[in-house]
Amino acid sequence: MTTEELKALTVAKSVDARGTACPGPLLEAKKAIGTINENDVMEVLSADEGTKVDIPKWCNKQGHEFLGSVEENGYFKIYLRKK
Amino acid sequence: MEKSTDITMEKLLAELEALKAKTNRIENARNDQLSIAVISGDMDKIMATMIVSLAAAAMDTKVKLFFSFWALAALRDPKKSPKGKNFISKMFGIMLPKGRNKLKLSKFNMMGMGPAMIKGLMKQQNVMSMDEMFKQAGELGIEITVCEMTMNLMGFKKEEIIDYPHLRYAGAATFIADSGESSMQWMI
Repeated sequence: MTTEELKALTVAKSVDARGTACPGPLLEAKKAIGTINENDVMEVLSADEGTKVDIPKWCNKQGHEFLGSVEENGYFKIYLRKK
Repeated sequence: MEKSTDITMEKLLAELEALKAKTNRIENARNDQLSIAVISGDMDKIMATMIVSLAAAAMDTKVKLFFSFWALAALRDPKKSPKGKNFISKMFGIMLPKGRNKLKLSKFNMMGMGPAMIKGLMKQQNVMSMDEMFKQAGELGIEITVCEMTMNLMGFKKEEIIDYPHLRYAGAATFIADSGESSMQWMI
């Protein structure tokens, strides 16, 4: 997905994990994914560059669809669709 | 002729049973599980253990930690003081760190300056504290098995071990059984 497409997504849940380093964002993502419905989009905000690489692996393992990430000023927005 | 067919059928079924047992064993050996034998009691190594375990638990991988030898010091509760220790046990108790927040670094310890610096950096960079890691581990169902034999060897008593929701005492065979069914087996 392109940056524009990612930014245009309707986000059901936004997880702000900028206040925590690895593996904090993963734990927050795990907690939040249970609160949304199948096919809903979740975004994870993380200041940790490792998370940008880790979330796709997490999605792959958990069966969710990784959509892409956008770099903002000093942090990343990572998008995924719950499956 | 008919008799020989019977025997073949029987043999076939037996073969099938043996095969079934074999596949079961193979399947069980590939559980989505991480088993770590934690031997080191250094702050950095206990931290690495907890971080990797939390990441695994976030990925719904079952985590079983087997704490033994020097790592046992990380499970001591500084608020608890057990009674009835002999001289050697008392000495061990004094010389070894009293809990996860008193651990030493394997490098750059510098009489405790290193750990203090690392803790400062962790806070500054939003890394979870050791206390928070153990709390999260408890919530995520990470199991801790305490090696009974080395507990006795080091003179530690159960009364001085932390309150942790998934803690049990066992021996080496438990680690072997746990790691045998895990897809990942480590030693730290």
